Amino acid sequence: GPLSERRLMDVRLGELPMWLATCDFSPQGLLGGVQKAWSSYCNKYINVKRGRAAGVSMLLAGYCILSYGWNYQHIKCNRWRKYH
Amino acid sequence: VLHIARPIHTSQQCLAPLPPLPEKGGEVRHGLIPEEFFQFLYPKTGVTGPYMLGTGLLLYFLSKEIYVINHETVAAACILSVIIYGIKKYGADVAAFADKLNEEKVAKALSVKNDAIKELETAIEQEKKEQWRVEGRSYLFDAKRNNIAMLLEANYRERLLTVYNEVKKRLDYQVAMQNLKRQKEQDHMIQWVEKNVVQSITPQQQKESIAKCILDLKALSKSAQVAV
Repeated sequence: GPLSERRLMDVRLGELPMWLATCDFSPQGLLGGVQKAWSSYCNKYINVKRGRAAGVSMLLAGYCILSYGWNYQHIKCNRWRKYH
Repeated sequence: VLHIARPIHTSQQCLAPLPPLPEKGGEVRHGLIPEEFFQFLYPKTGVTGPYMLGTGLLLYFLSKEIYVINHETVAAACILSVIIYGIKKYGADVAAFADKLNEEKVAKALSVKNDAIKELETAIEQEKKEQWRVEGRSYLFDAKRNNIAMLLEANYRERLLTVYNEVKKRLDYQVAMQNLKRQKEQDHMIQWVEKNVVQSITPQQQKESIAKCILDLKALSKSAQVAV
């Protein structure tokens, strides 16, 4: 179908800049995008009859990685070697 | 009949009953990486591709110390091992328990629905019975009409009896009055006659009658003595 209506996974690599241009980057647009992503994640992994631990564990892993990234400047001081 | 200004239920989408939840969630391998990632890399790298990618990335981060090994690593390792051991050991039981809870909820809702359906069915049957009863209206009204006619008749006869009794009482009174009057006249006349007769008895006649009575008594005593 038309470029703007396709999802990210269906967009080819060459068309990526064009697809990004059609995106809606206003605050409402970003908020809508975040809401859609969150609701699609919930409907896929959490709002099911027989959910598993993976639904929550992925969120926790993402949180761990995010917090590691935020504290990286502080953790850099604990390196074992100076030159890599 | 409902008169509405705008048409309702024209859209295709119907929100009730809601579509049921999917049975299983998206597949996730090792609890962290969605299956789609493995499928994405399969055509180009086969089965071991993502694992090689993971190993390479891990070694890169470790060697360049983008991931620093410190006390937090040890803590994370201990926590993760405990969590994974807990999940592996008690996962099935918790899942069965949660399934049982769900099952109870569904059963309760189903029972509510079934009870409502049963009640409505009994209501329908009773309504039909009432409709059948309505057909017997005519008999009921006939019986009531007969009852009322009988009441009226009984009342009429009661009043007739009262009238008859009242009239009889008045006539009896008149008859009694006449009898009483005649009797009083008779008594009065008898008394008057007796009084006059007693008055007319002179002393002379009294002595004569007494002497005659004595003579009669002597004769009677004689005849009595003779008889004995």
